[in-house]
Amino acid sequence: MRRTTDIEHLLNPLLQTSAVELLAISPPGWGANLLRGLTNSIQIAVGAFGLGLAIGIAGVWGKLYGSPVVRDLMEIYTTFVRAVPELVLILLLYYAGTDLINRALEQFGYATVDISGLAAGIGVLGIVQGAYATEVIRGAILAIPQGQIEAARAYGMPPGKMLRRITLPAMLPFAIPGLANLWLIATKDTALLAVVGFNELTQETRQAGATTKAYFTFFVAAGVLYLLLTLFSNVIIGRIERWARRGMPPIAETGR
Amino acid sequence: MVAVDAAKHPAPTDGLAAEAIHVENLHKKFGQLHVLKGVSLSARDGEVVAIIGGSGSGKSTLLRCINCLENPTSGIIRVNGEEIRLKPNGFGDSIPADRRQIERIRSRLGMVFQSFNLWSHMTLLENVIEVPVHVLGIKRMDAIAEAERLLARVGLAEKRDVYPAYLSGGQQQRAAIARALAVQPRVMLFDEPTSALDPELVGEVLKVIGDLAREGRTMVLVTHEMKFAREVATHVIYLFNGQVEEEGPPEQIFGAPKSERLKQFIRSIG
Ligand SMILES: Nc1ncnc2c1ncn2[C@@H]1O[C@H](COP(=O)(O)OP(=O)(O)OP(=O)(O)O)[C@@H](O)[C@H]1O
Ligand SMILES: [Mg+2]
Repeated sequence: MRRTTDIEHLLNPLLQTSAVELLAISPPGWGANLLRGLTNSIQIAVGAFGLGLAIGIAGVWGKLYGSPVVRDLMEIYTTFVRAVPELVLILLLYYAGTDLINRALEQFGYATVDISGLAAGIGVLGIVQGAYATEVIRGAILAIPQGQIEAARAYGMPPGKMLRRITLPAMLPFAIPGLANLWLIATKDTALLAVVGFNELTQETRQAGATTKAYFTFFVAAGVLYLLLTLFSNVIIGRIERWARRGMPPIAETGR
Repeated sequence: MVAVDAAKHPAPTDGLAAEAIHVENLHKKFGQLHVLKGVSLSARDGEVVAIIGGSGSGKSTLLRCINCLENPTSGIIRVNGEEIRLKPNGFGDSIPADRRQIERIRSRLGMVFQSFNLWSHMTLLENVIEVPVHVLGIKRMDAIAEAERLLARVGLAEKRDVYPAYLSGGQQQRAAIARALAVQPRVMLFDEPTSALDPELVGEVLKVIGDLAREGRTMVLVTHEMKFAREVATHVIYLFNGQVEEEGPPEQIFGAPKSERLKQFIRSIG
């Protein structure tokens, strides 16, 4: 029976306080901190993904229909962003980016601003997402049967309307798998913002762990939260995909 | 099955009917390839102009130049008396000089494609009201009422809420014709509307087009269906190698062709 005590001794730091108490929503539990971190992470992910989509659509427009200069610029953007590790980009854009903005503001005689972690996080991850979204959407647009674009042209649809009414909805079924991946990556890339001290889920988890020494409990809890977010996302993505594919031919049954 | 000459509307050969389409000395090059070498064409109101010719003779290119889906290299194009303003694009072709003008002209030319080209994310009804509502600015309720009438006319009233992918080629092409009719086109442009169809579906589409022709619709029709062209056309143009080799009323083109090439073409087609 002595042995049990040894193990208890070994696990002591983990079991000092029960996991339930540690994760309780109200202090001294850390549950509220983790949930706040999750909320921040989701906010950044949503913002970054949205910004990425907007950049992606504009980027594709530039790549497919822009002047040669615009095309080259877009090419440089997507190549550079996709070549450099995200962590490096985050450090670069976060520190250099805010510095640059403030210097520019100073130059023009404005007061410098304290850029919020949220805005900076969305901006930085959004630029990363935008580069990948550009390529996903470009591929999807190239997969649209050309006749559908041609029909829109033949009926005198102006370019902006054609993008909204025909091109984007028609490319969606081809883009959804890639965009869904990008969304899931966005939710997890928020963890990278811990390096710049932003209080997203991973950062909150680290703080909770460091204070209580119950690292195991908190990181498992964080893992579960990320997992739940992904599972929930999958349900929503499934619905969106079914809607986007409404006009696609039924998938042929693979016969036996 | 389709009409005889008596049922055909009178062809305005006296020159009184207005010209709906006027193409003059049209040239088109794809790089080095000189596809159209000075083609002229005229379709007066109520005329059905059929363009025939061998594969690669430039039929589709000619049709697609009329609404500038293909940029002509040089030439004059007038639609409903309005000349399409062109400017050089720097690569040897001419492009529409005024985007608004070409969009306005296109929106009143009902084009029907070989491969239907219905918008796959829209139901048939949505396909038919798309241009009236979003390009021509017609009220949605009115557009829907008209679309239902047109779908019924091509025998697809029941399919209004179905997506194109769930329909046969013949049904899709009939829906595409309804979409073209919805813009109240002064002229309809057909590019081999039955070439992508299984043989048993050709008849239903030709019947719809034939009815429109007999109703006095103005059309320019590229086709390989010689029997059909003979029945509905008021004027036939035989294109060979980018030039008009022979043209005239169908009785002359099919009954008493002058050019050796046309004779051979008609023989080869059967
Ligand atoms: N976008 C293009 N680029 C280069 N060449 C082209 C293009 N479109 C057509 N051509 C060429 O122009 C010629 C005429 O083509 P077009 O499609 O007008 O022929 P067609 O008479 O319609 O033939 P078919 O009966 O096979 O449809 C062909 O030699 C074709 O290869
Ligand atoms: Mg052709």
